Amino acid sequence: MGKPIMFQWAINHAIAEEMRRDPTVFIIGEDVGKPGGPFGVTRGILDEFGPERAVDTPISEGTIVGLCAGAAASGLRPVAEIMFMNFITLCVEELYNQASKMRWMFGAQVKVPMVVRAMTAGGYGAGPHHSSSLESLFAGMPGLKVVMPSTPVNAKGLMKAAIRDDNPVLYVEPLSSYKLKAEMPEGDFITPIGKCEVVKEGSDITIVTVGRMLQESLKAVDQLAKDGIKPELIDLLTVSPLDMDTIYTSVKKTHRLVIIHEAKETMGIGAEIAALVQEKAFDWLDAPVARVAAPFTHIAFQPKLEQHYLPDAGKLVAKVKTMLG
Amino acid sequence: MKISKDTKIDLFTRMVKVRTFEDDTNKIFMAGKEMPGFLHLSQGEDAMAAGTCANLRMDDAIYTTHRGHGCIIAKGADLKPMMAELFGRIDGCCKGRAGSMHFADVKTGCMGSNGVVGEGMRLAVGTAFAQKYNKTDNVTAVFFGEGASGTGSFHESFNMAATLKLPVIFVCSINLYAQMTHKSVHIAIDDMAERAAGYGAPGVTFDGNDVEVVYEEVAKAVKHCRAGKGPYLVEGKTYRHYGHYIGDPCNYRPAGELEEWMKKDPVVLYEKKLLKEGVLDAKGVQQIKDECKRLVDEAVEYARKSPQPEIEELYKDIFA
Repeated sequence: MGKPIMFQWAINHAIAEEMRRDPTVFIIGEDVGKPGGPFGVTRGILDEFGPERAVDTPISEGTIVGLCAGAAASGLRPVAEIMFMNFITLCVEELYNQASKMRWMFGAQVKVPMVVRAMTAGGYGAGPHHSSSLESLFAGMPGLKVVMPSTPVNAKGLMKAAIRDDNPVLYVEPLSSYKLKAEMPEGDFITPIGKCEVVKEGSDITIVTVGRMLQESLKAVDQLAKDGIKPELIDLLTVSPLDMDTIYTSVKKTHRLVIIHEAKETMGIGAEIAALVQEKAFDWLDAPVARVAAPFTHIAFQPKLEQHYLPDAGKLVAKVKTMLG
Repeated sequence: MKISKDTKIDLFTRMVKVRTFEDDTNKIFMAGKEMPGFLHLSQGEDAMAAGTCANLRMDDAIYTTHRGHGCIIAKGADLKPMMAELFGRIDGCCKGRAGSMHFADVKTGCMGSNGVVGEGMRLAVGTAFAQKYNKTDNVTAVFFGEGASGTGSFHESFNMAATLKLPVIFVCSINLYAQMTHKSVHIAIDDMAERAAGYGAPGVTFDGNDVEVVYEEVAKAVKHCRAGKGPYLVEGKTYRHYGHYIGDPCNYRPAGELEEWMKKDPVVLYEKKLLKEGVLDAKGVQQIKDECKRLVDEAVEYARKSPQPEIEELYKDIFA
């Protein structure tokens, strides 16, 4: 174990290591090459690999992702950046009608190995067009994988896994996690896609968290410990395909489930998990499945309103106590 | 440009093959029992398909539209899996899953047809990117019409191909209609290739029903792209003999317009020209027509013999 590495450099190192390992990997997007990324995540890539492999494009999100789909179908492994996840709405066509369908639709004549990185900026007062976490739009697309790293270690491991995966992968990275630090394991490692992590074992209730809500969940677990409450904390890591077996096993032990995600509750990924658990593990539940998530409105730039909107440790603690009360 | 006798016969053969396939598919579809879904046929646009694809190597790529049979056939795809795909059978090129609007035949460079107007252009930019990245002199041709020329996809793709200097030939067939509305609803200028200069690339407009003109103009575009000079826009004026889809009553076409364009049928005109020039005699023409008919008949028989896909096929190949 070396010195601690920041989340954003963990992503950077993952991309660089994969580009050294595999000459078909390249990065593409707005300001990713020469400027090193608007938040510095791709710093140094152009210097090491040259402009053919670190490509700056015009502002054309749909075509950036469309280019990736065509290039991937033609043998390359693109890693694109969408600066703020709100802008991924411009890429829904290319992700849904094209990338997610091409392999199946063409009878397996192609594979589409591509990674699209999208950054969420909730909590910065960035307002309605820059703050959204839109994973639920994509979680239901067969043929597309969606991963949401939560620590520097899994940020690196999931990026490597995503680049090596032969399918399109949407990689959602939270701006507020960029400065988290952790020591990396030695050598080459991946975090497998499609597997949850049991972060803390427990017995009283299962908390399922995703993305940057891990930080809030860890705070909540500490606070609940003071009241003698021991939750089992599961980090999804992959939103699609969901690792439901780990969740069922936990619910069979704890008999209560609460899901926390930054995105709004209505039609969020928590809804899918809740539906599956009540369908497949009903007899093990002592309480309805609950969700801690954003309300059915828009995110404000105004700090007081934004803070109310975003889920946090306090809201999770309150929900758990209600469920155990 | 001097076109050799062999090339002329090749151009004619490609067009006859396209026309025969489209005409026979039309008949089978209209009989109502064997081909599910929708059909968008390309009779009348045969010269654009043949003249473009005759310039391309097998390992060059094309991206085609919902009206893409002609281009895929002209590129050299085997007719049997194409026909089986139209019948929705397991031996179809897409295992019977995709149908007419979503054909692909990757081994002959046919990277995919698209059911979403204009979307092939973004994908074409990606394949061209890969061709340049791998330091080949391969090129990608993407077909589209005046309707697609209004999409964000066209503008973004052409701009990105120009800024990144990618080997994409944008092949626009102006057939006067986008679905049911006239060209004038879709573009404010007469010759849309004029736009190319605004993006920093060459553009040219020509008679899309003269297969030799198409061939010569696309040859220039291919040469430009193989030399790494960036994209090129070619625009051929042409016409589709049938409606947007088979079954379309075409109420939006003024009386007499179809008849005028039928006088400029590219296949009929070229046959006359080759006979007049002595490139082919009547017997030679008939031999080509008979051989194309034989290939189409063989494809239909292949399709009819192929089984329907099993239900399990729905769940295969979702992920690699």
